[in-house]
Amino acid sequence: MDNVIQTSALTRQFNGLVAVDKLDITVRDREVFGLLGPNGAGKTTTISMLCTILKPTSGTAKVNGFDIVKQATHVRKSIGIVFQDPSVDDRLTGRENLYMHANLYGVPQSEQKPRIDKVLKLVELEDRADSILRTYSGGMRRRLEIARGLIHYPKVLFLDEPTLGLDPQTREHIWTYIKELRETQDITMVLTTHYMEEADKLSDRIAIMDYGKIVALDTPDELKGTLEGDVIAVKTKDADRFASVLKERIAVKKTRIVDDSVEITVQDGKALLPRIVDVATQNGIYVDSVSLREPNLEDVFLHYTGRAIRAESGDELHGMSAIRRRAIR
Amino acid sequence: MTEIRGIYTLWLREVKRYLRDRTRIVSSFFQPLLWLVIFGSGMRVSGTIGSLSYQQYIFPGIIGQTLLFTSMFMGISVIWDREFGFLKEILVAPISRFSIFLGKMLGDSTDAVIQGIIVFCLGLLLGIPLSVIEFFEVLPLMLLITFGLVSIGLTIASFMESLESFGVIQSFINLPLFFLSGALFPIRGEQVPNWLQIVSNFNPLTYGVDALRTVVLGAAWQPLYPLYFDVAVVCCFDVLMIALGTLAFSRSK
Repeated sequence: MDNVIQTSALTRQFNGLVAVDKLDITVRDREVFGLLGPNGAGKTTTISMLCTILKPTSGTAKVNGFDIVKQATHVRKSIGIVFQDPSVDDRLTGRENLYMHANLYGVPQSEQKPRIDKVLKLVELEDRADSILRTYSGGMRRRLEIARGLIHYPKVLFLDEPTLGLDPQTREHIWTYIKELRETQDITMVLTTHYMEEADKLSDRIAIMDYGKIVALDTPDELKGTLEGDVIAVKTKDADRFASVLKERIAVKKTRIVDDSVEITVQDGKALLPRIVDVATQNGIYVDSVSLREPNLEDVFLHYTGRAIRAESGDELHGMSAIRRRAIR
Repeated sequence: MTEIRGIYTLWLREVKRYLRDRTRIVSSFFQPLLWLVIFGSGMRVSGTIGSLSYQQYIFPGIIGQTLLFTSMFMGISVIWDREFGFLKEILVAPISRFSIFLGKMLGDSTDAVIQGIIVFCLGLLLGIPLSVIEFFEVLPLMLLITFGLVSIGLTIASFMESLESFGVIQSFINLPLFFLSGALFPIRGEQVPNWLQIVSNFNPLTYGVDALRTVVLGAAWQPLYPLYFDVAVVCCFDVLMIALGTLAFSRSK
């Protein structure tokens, strides 16, 4: 089987609002597929439908060869999920949570202990396995949830914003696990994130999602390659005027304003840089700083959606889990 | 087989959580104690019922009340699980909603029955004549009574958005069921208003309390209905509520 997931015109509406709009994507066997987009783009809704939590309004999808509407139980047996919000029982120990999961997913009793020991080792939680979860840090809980998602040997592992709200060190840690999983296990992963770096580092292919639609889909390198050339960012207080001057004097097609900077994408950045500064001086525009860099996913995103991905902190959890997540940190 | 293991797993979880919560166990001691000692002694002036002291009379009623209040309260675990996200983990597991409901219901019922047993032992301390045989007769009755009551709690909770609204609804249901069950005063007889007699017929707890009295008080108590009838009514109620609860769980996402 080449395609582990195949969606056909997958659509979900909420009270007339289209959250996911006729989605057609295929996810290949053993790849890490990144769904990148701002909040509200429809990433979690897509994943929820693929996980059979949410029924599509129209269209359908196949996961591991099973229809998500008609064969939901088979789909559930084929997948593992690491939810965006924590979903572990905090009154039980780590190990008890894992045993519970193994039993719910019908893992044979004789295999439970070795598998649980193995996943605990994988996420480096052997020492703390018998502590009540309340004493875990946010990062440890997240790691436990990843471990839990692996116990029943799922064909597909869904990771919904796996590092949301975690500190950079823990984030790096989890990235390492995901990469290791990819290399050592026979598993396909679907990852949603709004962190560019995360999508870039982990995914084999990335789908950029906006307003419920896929606006671009390719490998991270190809996506960045479509922009051709370099990005020059000029920081100035007079950004608006400078942008129009640039359009006039140098043949740049598109300028963007990000915070106080004017950004342009050009073929040969090094050659053009002195001229840009010249233009600024001639027009009496004071330049604070100039930078030259290769395009990143942020630029790709901007290119396809026409706006920057909204900068967000991790505080977008709801209800009590939000209060608790904050308390943990 | 997977379903049975799933039910067992969810049952075990509820019981473990309960047994680890010391405050809940200790506090479960006090409310019935207040009813039996203060209310029971205070109302002694209102006389005896048949050959029974008032305290003896209300004792089975207080067991029923404890089962009612704890069972209904258990519904909170659904809201709790949802708020903390754990409900999702259960709902995406490859087991049926019926099994999920049954596992949770059996677990919560076990917890409620443990509270009932505590009250039963309290009766021994207060000098109410009880025997080991009675204990083993009361145990299955307590279970049957809690199945339906826990199911009401879980069903209502599955529709509630917040803990607060669940608390309000819960007291709306608890007190009428309690007062109209004959737990505290006779609901049959010449002095009892007609409407109260009629309404209490529709209260499942009426039959539960009557059955508990029949078993605990023995010959001193004149049963309202034969024991088998009480048990049959309670069983019907259980089946109905479990069906409703499964339905409620199936629609929640």
